[in-house]
Amino acid sequence: MSEREIQEPPPPETPEDAQLSMAARFALYQRAGGVITPLLTALLAFLIGGLVVLITTGKNPLSAYRAIFNGTGLNWFFPWIRGTERDLAAQDLQQTLIITTTLILAGIAVAFAFRCGLFNIGGQGQYIAGMITASQVGIWMPDLAHVPHLILAAGAGAAAGAIWGGIAGILKATVGAHEVISTIMLNWTALWVGTYLVGFGGPLQDPAQVFVPVTEEVAPSAKLDVFWGDPIQQGLHIGFFVAVAALVVFWLVLNRTTLGYQVRAVGFNPDAARYSGISVGRNYFLALAISGAFAGLAGGVDILGWLFRVDQTSVQISSQIAFIGIAVALLGRNTAIGILFAALLFGALQNGTSTRNLDPAVFQPELAGNLALIIQGLVILFVGADLLILYLWQARSKLGRRRRRAASPA
Amino acid sequence: MTVADGVLERTGRLGLDVGKATGIASIALGVLAFWVALPPLHVRSAAVPVVLGVGGILAGIWSWRLGHTRLGWTGMMIALLGLLAGVLATRAAVGNLQVVITWGALTAATLRYATPLVFASIGGLFSERSGVVNIGLEGMMLMGAFFGIYGADQTDSWVAGILIGMAAGAGLALVHALFSIHLRADQIVSGTAINFLALGLTGYLYIDQYGTEGTGDVPAVPDVHLGFLGRIPPDGLGNYLDRAFGQLNLMIWLALATVVLAYIVIFRTTIGLRIRSVGEHPRAADTVGISVYTTRYAAVTVSGALAALGGVYLSIGFVHSFTENMTAGRGFIALAALIFGKWRPFGALGAALLFGFASAVAPRFENVEDWAKYGTLFQTLPYILTLIAVAGVIGRSIPPAAIGRPYVKQ
Repeated sequence: MSEREIQEPPPPETPEDAQLSMAARFALYQRAGGVITPLLTALLAFLIGGLVVLITTGKNPLSAYRAIFNGTGLNWFFPWIRGTERDLAAQDLQQTLIITTTLILAGIAVAFAFRCGLFNIGGQGQYIAGMITASQVGIWMPDLAHVPHLILAAGAGAAAGAIWGGIAGILKATVGAHEVISTIMLNWTALWVGTYLVGFGGPLQDPAQVFVPVTEEVAPSAKLDVFWGDPIQQGLHIGFFVAVAALVVFWLVLNRTTLGYQVRAVGFNPDAARYSGISVGRNYFLALAISGAFAGLAGGVDILGWLFRVDQTSVQISSQIAFIGIAVALLGRNTAIGILFAALLFGALQNGTSTRNLDPAVFQPELAGNLALIIQGLVILFVGADLLILYLWQARSKLGRRRRRAASPA
Repeated sequence: MTVADGVLERTGRLGLDVGKATGIASIALGVLAFWVALPPLHVRSAAVPVVLGVGGILAGIWSWRLGHTRLGWTGMMIALLGLLAGVLATRAAVGNLQVVITWGALTAATLRYATPLVFASIGGLFSERSGVVNIGLEGMMLMGAFFGIYGADQTDSWVAGILIGMAAGAGLALVHALFSIHLRADQIVSGTAINFLALGLTGYLYIDQYGTEGTGDVPAVPDVHLGFLGRIPPDGLGNYLDRAFGQLNLMIWLALATVVLAYIVIFRTTIGLRIRSVGEHPRAADTVGISVYTTRYAAVTVSGALAALGGVYLSIGFVHSFTENMTAGRGFIALAALIFGKWRPFGALGAALLFGFASAVAPRFENVEDWAKYGTLFQTLPYILTLIAVAGVIGRSIPPAAIGRPYVKQ
C-alpha cells in the first residue's frame, strides 16, 4: 500500500543544466510531493465541484456526493452495511471495478509513453483496434479450448493495439512526425474504419441482425470467467486481475529491465540518452508500441469480459475511455500504484454518476455525469500546476534551487 | 501534360528548382488522374488515368532522384492513389458519379464543414506562434458553441451571441494561459484539462438551463445571398459559382477574411513580429524589451476567442442547436490542420478545406444504394493523407522553436 515501496529508484544521472523534460518533471515531483499533493488535488477538485452544485442547483453538495458515493458500491467495504443493501452495494462495486479494469489499462497506455517523454493521445484508436481484433479471434475459433482461446484472443487484441501504436512510433522514430498529430490521425482512421466494419453492410456485421450495427457474439470459450457476482447480471470478470497484473508488468518493465531504463532515460533527456549510446528512435517506437499493446488489451478485455460484441456505440464511446485514461495517468503520476487508485477514483465517479445508479430525486444523473467531467478537468489542471506547489513549498531548499535554474530555457 | 508544364513554368519563375517543381507536378498529375474520370469530364477509358498516374509516378521518381526525397515520395504515393481511384471511377456508373459529385454543392458543403476548422486552426496559429501549445482548442470551441447559442437566446440577437461566445472562449483560454505561462504547467496537460473542463461545464450548463429538450428557436447568423453570381457567363461557370458561393453563411466569409487578416497580422505587422519572436526565442525578445508574458497572454486569449468563433458557427450558423460535445473532436482536427499547414494561415486553410471536402463527400455516398456503406470508409481519407503528409512533405516542417516551453524571467 505504501507509496514509498513502489516509489522510483533514483533516476539515472542527467545533465542538470538541460531543459527539464516532461518525464523529468514528473520524477522530480514524485520525490518532492509524495502522496499528499495528489490527494489534496483531488480534494480541491471535489470542493470546487461541490460549489458548482451549490450555486447552480442550490442543493446540498454533500447529499449529492453521498448519492454518487452510494452508487459506486464502495460502501460495500463498510462492515455495518448488511442484507439487501449489501447485495446491492456488491453489484454496484462489481460495475465500478469493471470500469476500473478498463481505466487501469488505458491509464498504463498513457503512462508508459509518458515515461518515454511521449504523449500517447492515441489510446482510442489502439483500443478500437484491440476490441475488433479480439472479438474476431473470439468468434473465429469456437472449438478451441477455453484457456488457449482466451489467451489468443486477448493477445491478438494487445497485438493489434501495439501495431496501431507502433505506426505512430515508427513515424516518430524515422521522420520525427509529432506523436500527438499522428496518434490523433490514427484515432480517426480507426474510428471510421471500425464504424465501417461493424456498421450496416460492413464485413464484420452480424449476418443474423441486419438492422443492428453490431458484430456477432464471441464464442463462450473466449469469454472471461466471472469470479464475483452473477455472470448473467454482468458480474466482475477476471479481466480485473489481468489489469492488476498489467500494473505489475508495467512496474517491472520500467524499473527492472534494460528496456525500462532506456525508456526512462530517453524520457528524461533524449540528447543525454543519445550521447550515452541509447537508440532514441528505437525507444520511441517501442514505447508507443508497448503503450498501444496496453490500450489494445483494454479493448480486448472489455470485449471478452462483458461487452462480447463490438457495436458502433462502443466504437464511438472509446474516445471517452482513452481520455479518462489520460486523466488516470496524470493523477496517478505515471506510477503503478498511483494508476490503480486514480483508475478506481475515476471508475467510481463514472459508475456513481451513471443514470442507472443515481436517484434523479437527489441529483439529476445528466448533471452528475458532467459534474464528473468538471472534477476530472480540475484534477488534471491542478496536477499540471503542481510545480507551483513545489516552487512555493521548496523555494529555498537545495532541490528547488538547483532545479529552478534548470527549468528556464537556456 | 499542360498542367505539369504550367506548374513547372510557374515554379520556375518563382525561382524554385526543377526537382521541387517536378515533385509538385507529380502531385498535380495524381490529382488530375482522378479528376478526369469524374464529372463533368467523365473520361470512360481507364487508359487516361493510367497514363496520367504513371506520368505522376515517374515525375515523383525524377524528383526523388533530383534530391527531393520526401516530396518525390509523396508525389509517387498521391499519383498511385490518383491512378487507382481514377481507374475505379471509370468503372463506376456515370449516373452514380453524378449523384455523388456535384461540384457546386460540394464546394459549398466543403466550405461549410471547413469553417469551424479554419477558425480554430487560425486560433491555434496565434497561440502556437507565441510558443504556447494549444491542445485545448476543442474545449474553447465547445465554449463558443454553448455560450454562442445561450447568448443569442438570452439577448435575442445573434451578434450578441457571437460576442458572448467569443468572450467565453477567451475566458477559458485565459485559464490555459495562466496555468501554462505563469504557473508553468505542462501545456499539453493544461490543454487536456481545458478540454475536460469545457466538456463538463457546457454539458452541465446545457442540462441545467435547457434540460434534455434542446434549445428551441434561437436567432441564427444569416446567410449572404449573392444573386449576381448566377448571371456570370458562361452558364456552366455561373451555375457553379451560384451553387458554390451564392448562399453561404456570413461566418464562412468571416472565416476566409480571418485567414487573410491573420496572415497580415502575423507576417506584416509589428505585433506579428513580436508574437513570432516570443515563440522563437523568448530570451532574445525579452532582451529587446518585448514582454514575453503579455504577448503570450494576448496571443492565447485571441486564440480562444477565434476557436470559440468556430464553435459559435457550429451552433448558431450551421446546425442551429446545441448538443453535448457537439464539436466532436473538431478542435483536434483543427490542430492537425494547423500542423499540416506548417503553422501558416493559408496552409492551415488548405488543410481545413481538405478535411472539409472529405466530410462533404462522405454523406453523399448515402445517395447511391450500393455505395452507402463506403461513406464512412471515405471519411478516413483525409486522416490517411495527413499521415502520409506528416511522413513525407511535412516531416521537415519546423514548429516555433520555443513551443511548449514556459519562460522564466531573469
